[in-house]
Amino acid sequence: MTKPENELTWKDLEIGCIVTEPGNAGQYRTGDWRSQKPVHNFDRCIKCGLCQIFCPEGCIEQNTEGYFEANLFYCKGCGICARECWTKVITMVDEEE
Amino acid sequence: MAKRVGTEVSLAVADTVKLVNADVISAYPITPQTHIVEHLAELVANGELDANFIPVESEHSAMSACLGSSAVGARTFTATAGQGLELMHEVLYVASSMRLPIIMTVANRALSAPLSVWGDHSDVMAVRDTGWIQIFVENGQEAVDNLLCAFRIGEDPRVLLPVMVHLDGFYLTHVIEPIFMPEQSEVENFVPPNQYPLPLDPNNPVSMGCFAPPVIYAETKWAQEVNLRASKDVILECWNEFGDQFQRHYSPVESYHSEDARVLLLTMGSFSETASLAIDNMRNAGKNVGLLKLRLWRPFPFDEIRQAARNADVLIVLDRAMSPGGPGGPVCSEIKAALYQEEKRPKVVSFIGGLGGRDITIEGFEEIINKGIEISEKGSNQEYEIFGVRE
Repeated sequence: MTKPENELTWKDLEIGCIVTEPGNAGQYRTGDWRSQKPVHNFDRCIKCGLCQIFCPEGCIEQNTEGYFEANLFYCKGCGICARECWTKVITMVDEEE
Repeated sequence: MAKRVGTEVSLAVADTVKLVNADVISAYPITPQTHIVEHLAELVANGELDANFIPVESEHSAMSACLGSSAVGARTFTATAGQGLELMHEVLYVASSMRLPIIMTVANRALSAPLSVWGDHSDVMAVRDTGWIQIFVENGQEAVDNLLCAFRIGEDPRVLLPVMVHLDGFYLTHVIEPIFMPEQSEVENFVPPNQYPLPLDPNNPVSMGCFAPPVIYAETKWAQEVNLRASKDVILECWNEFGDQFQRHYSPVESYHSEDARVLLLTMGSFSETASLAIDNMRNAGKNVGLLKLRLWRPFPFDEIRQAARNADVLIVLDRAMSPGGPGGPVCSEIKAALYQEEKRPKVVSFIGGLGGRDITIEGFEEIINKGIEISEKGSNQEYEIFGVRE
């Protein structure tokens, strides 16, 4: 899309709101649904990747050092990663803190 | 030159679908639509129509299958009635919002309970706001003609909307009428091939029916509304060109002796023919009455209604459906809304009649008009009257 979503007028839409650009769901920020965010203490991380497997959003990626980290543009803050992590790397922290 | 043949209207409807060479038909049988889809199934099975007939387990599935076939650009037809239309309900909105030109004949039928297979407009009014173009027809010839027009209008690249053609169950579906069936070559000349601009195509992938967050939903709805309103020009153009080619002329609101009439009756569908005989009788008796026939239901013909009602003192609207707890017949309340801001407007009287297949005779229409005149003069403590109800 040439314009950001909040500037699109009805004239900019394809007929029936058909999506002609593959993969543009990636532009949709689901991170602002979040009330808590995951905070990592990588000292305890064994890089097992269990958090990535359980993440329903599929938004956990391996960083350059090999640690698993949520992409906060997409992370909805559900806390499943924190619950499943067996070495307790992840703590859910209220957004405003 | 078209041949005039004696045929059941349902069969003529199915033969019209064959003439436009539909690609996909998906339907579930329901009275009084059954003969239409039975005959189509027969035409496909006999190899007379090269189409896929998808038998499904419900009307919800029928309309869903139609979405899929229309989305690949196939010319798609279905038909239903009454409860079947209600079971399709949620999918009807999807068809119009996704701008898929599915064409459907609705054999208008009353809704349960109590169970009634007979004709009225309860089913039509319940799908009023689904975003489809909706056309009422008065007889078998109009059913055939407007079905041809429906394919041309719906599939027009300026429109791309689904179209319902409403014909009264039994009153029209099950009668045998002399009908001019157009020649194949005439139909091919009048209805160009369906060329949906963005079909599902593996070589050029698109996604349809995706979700819209609050930031974009209102824009999608407004785009749809602008388009539905603008479709009226294409509908008028289509009817004009139909008239040029076939010498039968259609308009959103048809007038019968209404130009100089002080009192107007407005009807939809098959009632209009009987009502016009009542108008003849009353005019012969020196009464200044006329008839308006509402043919285009959506998009609503505001200008034509205002124009047609301008010089009358009384406008009596006869609905064939109720709006329980509401202001009267659904068509009447829209007509009142259309006229309210006009400086000069007739008194509008609401009648409801013909529910669940109850006949109204020529004398009955005369009684409605006389009673309507009386109510307009003396007033009434009721929002509307049901004609002929035993109290």
